[in-house]
Amino acid sequence: MSGLIKSSIARKVVMALSGLFLVFFLAQHFTINVTSVLAPETFNEWSHFMGYNGLVQFVLQPILIAGVIVHFVMGIVLELQNNKARAIKYKKYSGGANASWMSRNMIITGLVVLAFLGLHFYDFWIHEMDYKYISVNPENPTRYLEETVHKFEPVWRTALYVVSFVLLALHLWHGFASSFQSMGVNNKYTPAIQTFTKIYAVAIPAGFIFIALYHHFNPITQ
Amino acid sequence: MKLNLKIWRQKNAKSKGEMKDYPINGIEGDMSFLEMLDVLNEELINKGEEPVQFDHDCREGICGSCSLQINGEPHGPDRLVTTCQLHMRKFNDGDTIVIEPFRATAFPVIKDLVIDRSAFDRIQQVGGYISVNTSGNTVDANATPIEKENADDSFYAATCIGCGACVAACKNASAMLFTSAKVSQFALLPQGRVEATERVQSMVRQMDLEGFGNCTNTGACEVECPKGISLENIARMNREYLSANLKG
Repeated sequence: MSGLIKSSIARKVVMALSGLFLVFFLAQHFTINVTSVLAPETFNEWSHFMGYNGLVQFVLQPILIAGVIVHFVMGIVLELQNNKARAIKYKKYSGGANASWMSRNMIITGLVVLAFLGLHFYDFWIHEMDYKYISVNPENPTRYLEETVHKFEPVWRTALYVVSFVLLALHLWHGFASSFQSMGVNNKYTPAIQTFTKIYAVAIPAGFIFIALYHHFNPITQ
Repeated sequence: MKLNLKIWRQKNAKSKGEMKDYPINGIEGDMSFLEMLDVLNEELINKGEEPVQFDHDCREGICGSCSLQINGEPHGPDRLVTTCQLHMRKFNDGDTIVIEPFRATAFPVIKDLVIDRSAFDRIQQVGGYISVNTSGNTVDANATPIEKENADDSFYAATCIGCGACVAACKNASAMLFTSAKVSQFALLPQGRVEATERVQSMVRQMDLEGFGNCTNTGACEVECPKGISLENIARMNREYLSANLKG
């Protein structure tokens, strides 16, 4: 088992498992967010449940944060090791001749998504922690939609969300199907996995972009 | 055909090295890439200059000796061929061709375009074999029934010539395609199953010790492999490795 922890294959499996976990979380996040457009009352109900349920707050949320940290720390470790494996670079390297841009630039798309997560945490998570545990405000099950829509009023923030989700789409385009290969799955189901990956990589980020733009162009006026 | 060659020149393993320009004339489309370099070396020798050193042996795509990075791709722009099988008709009159050694920390340059690929030998030595009792009671290989699909996949994996193009093409200089081909050719056969657990653990450990990078599934290795070794082999090695370690 000690050999397993140190091996390149184990590191890839850790990337794959944490990545798949985040892919699953993304679908769940989108399902809740889309109700902010389709059924605002449901959005408030679900948001309140997620914000005050003990299991979600004190078990699932730490697991999610750990998943994000493991994925990005391992990504950085792999990148550093890979750079070391070719200390002297080619004068001419035609990477585009044999591999997609998405597969060759996971570190770039990943770092942009990570930077976005910083903004996203600042916007929503830190605000929630302050509301509940520092300022100790009373529970208000109807506040979530209004707070969310207000966030998308500035053009700059909406634009950053849109750009980040485009980069997330590029990251998922390679990463989702790639995680199956890392775990040893390459068989008759692989074409179906690759097709599903492409649909997922476009549909989910496009959905998030739609939600951001919808709230930007439909502000709540009082 | 008139060409401008930009070639990596490096006196020895310790010197720094640099790209040098070599204009060349009279190259025929039917010449192989190595024959074109032979013409260049004749000219250099006649001028009293040091010829360009490069690896070659069989010159028919079998031995895996030739190893040039040509215009940014291992074995050049053609597919499923080694450098010795690449013909000059793939280039146009007036082209500039950049020729470099395969680059990887685990493949240090010895001189000019010649690299040390003994890291591959060491990976093979730790597990690329089966132990057979040859004291007189050896079982005839043909007496062991093997599924056709497994026999074919094992054969395809065994066509790897160990040239190192997979490492050269990979942006991470990973040797997963090579190692997985060597693991797979035995893992698919009953004769190889006996030592399968130790083999995959030893070969992956050695691969990591040699300083190759991590596979990020870009698929560049499969595209550039002159023998068309498939990524399925990497998935198989991942499965073999995980099950070997989880078994204990």
